[in-house]
Amino acid sequence: MAPHPSAVGGHVEGFGATERKDGWWVEPAVTAVVFLTFVVYTTWAALQGVHYHWGPYLSPFYSPLLFAAPGDEAGLHHAWFGAWPTWWPSFLPASPAVLILAFPGSFRFTCYYYRKAYYRSFAGSPPGCAVGPLAGNRPYRGETFLLLFQNLHRYAMYFAVLFVFILSYDAIVSYWWDGRIGVGVGSIILTLNAVLIGAYTFGCHSFRHMIGGGTDCMSCGKATLKYGAWKKATWFNERHMEFAWLSLVWVMVTDLYVRLLSAGVITDLNTWSR
Amino acid sequence: MATTRTFKVWRGDAKGGEFQRFEIEVDEGMVVLDVLHRIQARQANDLALRWNCKAGKCGSCSMEINGKPRLACMTRMNSLPEGETITVQPLKTFPVMKDLVTDVSWNYEQNRRIPKFQPKPRDSDGAYRMYQEDVDRVQEFRKCIECYLCQDVCHVLRDRDGREQNSFVGPRFMIRLASLEMHPLDTADRIPAVRDEFGSGMCNITKCCTEVCPEHIHITDNGIIPLKERVVDRFYDPIAMLMRKIFG
Repeated sequence: MAPHPSAVGGHVEGFGATERKDGWWVEPAVTAVVFLTFVVYTTWAALQGVHYHWGPYLSPFYSPLLFAAPGDEAGLHHAWFGAWPTWWPSFLPASPAVLILAFPGSFRFTCYYYRKAYYRSFAGSPPGCAVGPLAGNRPYRGETFLLLFQNLHRYAMYFAVLFVFILSYDAIVSYWWDGRIGVGVGSIILTLNAVLIGAYTFGCHSFRHMIGGGTDCMSCGKATLKYGAWKKATWFNERHMEFAWLSLVWVMVTDLYVRLLSAGVITDLNTWSR
Repeated sequence: MATTRTFKVWRGDAKGGEFQRFEIEVDEGMVVLDVLHRIQARQANDLALRWNCKAGKCGSCSMEINGKPRLACMTRMNSLPEGETITVQPLKTFPVMKDLVTDVSWNYEQNRRIPKFQPKPRDSDGAYRMYQEDVDRVQEFRKCIECYLCQDVCHVLRDRDGREQNSFVGPRFMIRLASLEMHPLDTADRIPAVRDEFGSGMCNITKCCTEVCPEHIHITDNGIIPLKERVVDRFYDPIAMLMRKIFG
């Protein structure tokens, strides 16, 4: 039975209970909508296995392209290891994205910023500060029991750093078509994608810890690269939320742009005159 | 220009109580603590509230104003929408003593659990030396005024009786642990205790402590998460564990 509102302190109990009068629910609601949109779009795009490249452009959901999708001859020039493997089990979706998306996916899922966002938006734990949680009466174990895997963020970060270099390579390649240097709207979109993902990755708390945050003596009186790198990572870390959102939305925009070009729905403005 | 505002203030003690409404004249420039003092002076002489410096530096006047943990002396009346009834309650996480006064002694018990600062031996000339860049991080934590707003808003302590179980020491004391652990002169190793006794794993990074901190300390990003990362180094990263075994 819920306690009477005039119980000690006058604090009401139950999910969403609060005396707050501001729009505390707006942030978790917007977060939930954007996250769900991202998850639905990414899942759909990853399972397509088509329209993931156009000319020098490659969708970031399919990068690195380990094998071109079955029957995709044109995609072979992007593929690291050639055609789709014959040993691939038929009951699994034959799309190159399914081979690699777990890596950036796990980085975002275990990210310290995103934890705040989805614990609030989906777990209601709590939905807002000083707002009644969804499971207020159940035993609480935080990230010690079922959520112990969150500590794997360190490993996800190692792969995420690798992906920054891969996406940067894709961006550089996007300025090169049939031996000619040029610029297209897609080149700029891919470049921005690499920059935003880099800004998000290099502001990661685990990254900051690894490059110097784990030591107590930053310099010991000497000018060190470590301290300089830590300061730069801290600048990005202070903007981690902003870069998390921007890079999340932009990676969707990048895939969509390449997809629409590949499907012939839109035309790329470029200096190659194609 | 003076206006009349409506306050809903919780009155009672550990056994229970209720909200009492006050219509009170508010002058320009007043903060909530000023208005509570005016209520105390004119309408409810026995209203209990704690305050001291009136400058946001002592942390005494912590309470919940319109549902948010805040310092009454730093909450300006013109920041609260006109025409809105202002609800004032004691902190939820700690036992009520009377009206807006709570018993925060649990926090002092947590502080006593933390192993003390253990400095390195002095340099040969008898001095301790630190460099500014080495203490920048821990200086941020020294700004804490012990208002316990972070402890009050922490959902582990607030909603699930974490306070009774002592399973999580709370954000304020994670910050104290961080200030000791990151101190360039300290030699004690508290990392196993950070995980096992002080409950770093209980924190799920909802960052409410950072949101309510009146000193704008980045409690989660600069204190709790770096501690969690040190726990990962020690217990969850086999590569780091292997490197320690090899290189000491």
